[in-house]
Amino acid sequence: MELTKEEESALKGEHGETMETAYRILVAIGEAINAEKLVPIKWAHLSGVNYNTIGDAGEEFLSKLSQDAKVKVMTTLNPMGFDFDSVSKYNLDKNFIEKQQSIKESYEKMGVIPSFSCIPYEIFDLPEKGTQVSFAESNAAIYANSIAHLKTNKESAFSALASALTGKTPYSDLRINDSPNLTIKMKIDEPNELAFGMLGYFAGKVADNSVTISGVSEMNKRSCKSLCGGMGTSGRCGKFFLGDGKENAERIDFDKKEMQNIYDELNTSDHGDIITLGSPQLGLEEIADLSSMLKGRSFEKRCMVFCPRVVQEQARKIGYTNELERAGCEILSDCCTCLTPLVDKNEIDSVITNSIKGAYYLKNSNGVDVNLKSLSQIIQDETK
Amino acid sequence: MTFKVIVKGKASGKIMKTDIPINFLGAVDKKTGIIHDTKHDLVGKSIKDSILVFPYGVGSSVGAYTIYSLKSSKSAPLAMICAKADLSVASGCALANIPMVIATEFDKLEDGKEITLDTESDKLIIFRE
Repeated sequence: MELTKEEESALKGEHGETMETAYRILVAIGEAINAEKLVPIKWAHLSGVNYNTIGDAGEEFLSKLSQDAKVKVMTTLNPMGFDFDSVSKYNLDKNFIEKQQSIKESYEKMGVIPSFSCIPYEIFDLPEKGTQVSFAESNAAIYANSIAHLKTNKESAFSALASALTGKTPYSDLRINDSPNLTIKMKIDEPNELAFGMLGYFAGKVADNSVTISGVSEMNKRSCKSLCGGMGTSGRCGKFFLGDGKENAERIDFDKKEMQNIYDELNTSDHGDIITLGSPQLGLEEIADLSSMLKGRSFEKRCMVFCPRVVQEQARKIGYTNELERAGCEILSDCCTCLTPLVDKNEIDSVITNSIKGAYYLKNSNGVDVNLKSLSQIIQDETK
Repeated sequence: MTFKVIVKGKASGKIMKTDIPINFLGAVDKKTGIIHDTKHDLVGKSIKDSILVFPYGVGSSVGAYTIYSLKSSKSAPLAMICAKADLSVASGCALANIPMVIATEFDKLEDGKEITLDTESDKLIIFRE
């Protein structure tokens, strides 16, 4: 990878240890993805906020880094482990709360916007088409590339952080308009968001950097986010195109058989103790949807609903949250279904969710069994 | 066999190989290095002190922190060899100083073989009987 004189001197440590570390990361990933050069970005979105996921090593690293590091571009942040407003209601240990507070403060010290959301594309104004950004958080990267007309690598937590600190990113193939060699045809009749999530999970497994999805006539926001979340969980694919794909591309069908295989892989229980919605977090449109689906009905079990703080505030003003709380929902901000310590395997054996991403991490990281159902099925089965 | 060096370094040890990609956040215990994804063929094994050979990393971007945590808790592989690069593994290894290369002939790397990986040597990987 070609570096400018200034970039070379930063890599040699002439601009301090933080810049040296940041450029070391950028050069490693630039080599890994065959980038020719670094290009400027306008927005970075960081993952690695939840103490559950980054642990003591991550907390100490960020604490040390924040002594002198400052972000150079607009930088937003993924969810953390809990919502400070309601943390006292949950049985979390003091150490967790303190370490989470330290992580939060480290990011704020570096100048990061404390958005604590995995759907930055829904809560911030989008820059103009084609803008180079650097999004960690796999669903956000895929959404940015495929739907929001932005350009990003499917960044890692460290590569997005290095981009935030330098304002630069490797110019990789995902940033250049390519044409995928694989087309997957959606062949499920009337697919709901769960089917789209499974399609994403399947596509992530079989696709390389990018993939074309055909056979999709329309997809609402819930389905689209579910597709992005599923795809980000299973593979390295960072972009999808909707359409027929190029003529000589390999073609694979996503039929009932493939869907059943994914379902059997991720569904580990036929019932659940609680319901969790929001991985990725719910946006205002989905909260509105949920509130109208819940008219006159109430959950018979605990239902945790995860949304960004700004969405919760808007939903409160409009009155959607009244409807949700009346129906028995606990509304949480700043955290999400995926990897939250609030879903504790010491208290809960199994969770009902419509999130493919949530299902994978609840099972594999939190050790909690999962019953996968579409949102409409959850409302039908779990409310009266 | 040719290699591309992503993170420089030297390591000697036994190859632990899988043909299944690894989701570091979802599948690896960051303190012990034990794979706990029951769907993975390395389930129950620790990647600690191995020369870990796997196709590529998948899943959450936070997997890079898992690699850094493994190094901090002295449970990291000695080196990683992949068939394809992904940003989580590359950046995690870069920050944790774990040597990492991409191998063109991934299939020729055998599980259990003792090797020395040295990015300064001409041959890069030396197989030992």
